Amino acid sequence: MSAETLSLNLGPQHPSTHGVLRVILELDGETVVDARPDIGFLHRGIEKLAESRTYHQVIVLTDRLDYLAALSNNLAYVLAVEKLMDIEVPRRARYVRVALAELQRIASHLFWLGTHAHDLGAMTPLFYALREREALMDIFETLSGSRLTPSFLRVGGLAADIDGRFVGSVRAFTDTFQKRVDEYETLLTDNPIWKRRTKGVGVLDAGQCIRLGISGPMLRSAGVPLDLRRAQPYSGYDEFHFEIPTGTAGDVYDRYLVRIREMRESARIARQAVDGLPEGPWTASGSPAVFPAKDELKHSIAGLIRHFGLVMEGMKPPAGEVYHAVESPRGELGFYIVSDGGPRPLRLKVRPPSFVNLQGLVKMIRGRLLADVVAVIGAVDIVLAEVDR
Amino acid sequence: MNLDALRARFGTALGEPATFRGETTLTVDRNILVALCECLRDDEALAFDFLADLCGVDRHPAAPRFEVVYHLYSVRHGHRLRVKVALEEEDPVIDSVTGVWETADWHERECFDLFGIRFRNHPDLRRILLPDDFEGHPLRKDFPLEGTDRT
Repeated sequence: MSAETLSLNLGPQHPSTHGVLRVILELDGETVVDARPDIGFLHRGIEKLAESRTYHQVIVLTDRLDYLAALSNNLAYVLAVEKLMDIEVPRRARYVRVALAELQRIASHLFWLGTHAHDLGAMTPLFYALREREALMDIFETLSGSRLTPSFLRVGGLAADIDGRFVGSVRAFTDTFQKRVDEYETLLTDNPIWKRRTKGVGVLDAGQCIRLGISGPMLRSAGVPLDLRRAQPYSGYDEFHFEIPTGTAGDVYDRYLVRIREMRESARIARQAVDGLPEGPWTASGSPAVFPAKDELKHSIAGLIRHFGLVMEGMKPPAGEVYHAVESPRGELGFYIVSDGGPRPLRLKVRPPSFVNLQGLVKMIRGRLLADVVAVIGAVDIVLAEVDR
Repeated sequence: MNLDALRARFGTALGEPATFRGETTLTVDRNILVALCECLRDDEALAFDFLADLCGVDRHPAAPRFEVVYHLYSVRHGHRLRVKVALEEEDPVIDSVTGVWETADWHERECFDLFGIRFRNHPDLRRILLPDDFEGHPLRKDFPLEGTDRT
C-alpha cells in the first residue's frame, strides 16, 4: 500500500461469486497492483459436524458443500465410505451414479456459463442456460424430491431404484442438448467482444497450475489432460467412451471452451449410461452397511434388528484411513476419512477443488485491469460454500 | 512405486510403509519432512509434483495427539502416496512445505486455523477461515461442538 494506490473491496457480495467472497484490491488507476482474498464468511464447520454424526447422516451434509454439484459430492463421499468398508456396488447402481454425476456436471457448467457470460455483459446466455438447467433440475426433483440437495446416493448403492421416467427424461434431454450447446456457441465462441474480454486474460500455464494444486477445467485449459475419470476410474467410468477436452492458452477463453466441450461429452456419457443400463440389484443388499428392503422389515425380525441398529447406532467400518477423489465439475474433489472403528468418523476432511483453485486468483489478476478481475473470478467457477465448508 | 531409495537415504526416520485398501501411507519423523518431500517431488521415478491435500488430525486423548497428513499425487505417473507426521500436544510445530509445493500455503493456514498447528517458515501464517480475534481451534476434539460462547 502506498500513497498512490487505492484500496478497493470487491465483495463480500458480488454477482461474479457464488456465495460470499471479499477481495481486497490495491489499485493504481484501473490496474490491480495486489489483491488479498478474504474467505471464511460462510464457514459452517461441516467437518466438525461430521465427527458427531453417523456415516449415513453425513450424506446430507455433503449436499451442502457445493450446492451446484450436490450429486458429485454425494458420490465422492459414498465412494470413500465404500472403500473404507470394502463394499462392491452393483453395476446398475454404478451406471445410474455415472448418469447423475454427468447430468450434474452439465447443470453446474450451465449455471457457470450463464452467470459468467452475464458478468461480462452478455444477458441472453443466462436465459438459455437456465432453461436447460431447469430440465435437469426437474429430472433430479422427479427422482429424489429435491432440486438442489438430492442426497440420492447411499453407501452401497442408491436411495431407491430408478423408474422408467428417468430413462425417458434423460433421453429426451440428451436428444436436444447438443443443438442447444450450438446455440450458446453461436452467441459467444466467435463473438469479438467475448474474445476481447477473455483471450489472454487470467493466464496460468501448466507448471503454475500443478504447483498451485489447481485441477479440473482450469488445469485442462492449460493443456494437461488430467481427468480423474480417466486417470483413476471410479464407478465404472472405464466402460464409457468420452474425450477429455483440453485447451492450450490456459486463459479465460480456453476455460470457456473446455467447459463447453465437457458439457457435450457429459451428455454423451449420460446417454450411454441410460442406453446401456444393466438390469439387476441397485444396492449391495448383503452388506452390513446397507439398510434392508422395506418389505423385509414386515417379515423378518433379523431385518428389523439390522435396520434399527443402522439408524440408532450406525455402521462400524474397520479402523483405518482412506482418501477417495472424483472429478467434480470444478476439479479434484476428495474425501479423506479416518476411522477408529467406531460408528462416527474420527476425522473427515474434504479436499475442495474451489478452495485450492481460488488460491491462484492473485497470480491471475496481478497487473491486470479491474474489469478483468470479474472475468477471472467467473472463470475459476468457485462455489464459496465449498471453499469455506 | 519403489520406496527403497528413500529408505537408503533417510533410514529409521522413515517408518515402515503401511498399506490399507490399496493406499500406501508413509509415517515419517518431522525432522526429515522437507528433505523427504523434495526427494518425493524431484525423484524421476516418484515425481510427486501435485500436493492434492494437506490436513490435520486430532487423536485426543491418544498420544502423540496430532497428525499432519499430506496427500500426494503424481501427474506424470498417476500414483498416490500419503505422508503422515505425528506431533506431540506440547509442541505442535512442523516445517512448512510451501517451498516444495506452492499450494501448501492456504492448506497450512487452514490447518493452523482449525488445529493450532504452527508451520515454521510459512510466509504468512494467520487464520484463513475464522476471524483474526477468534479464540481456540475448532477442529480440536476438546473444542465444544456448540462453540465456546454457550454455557
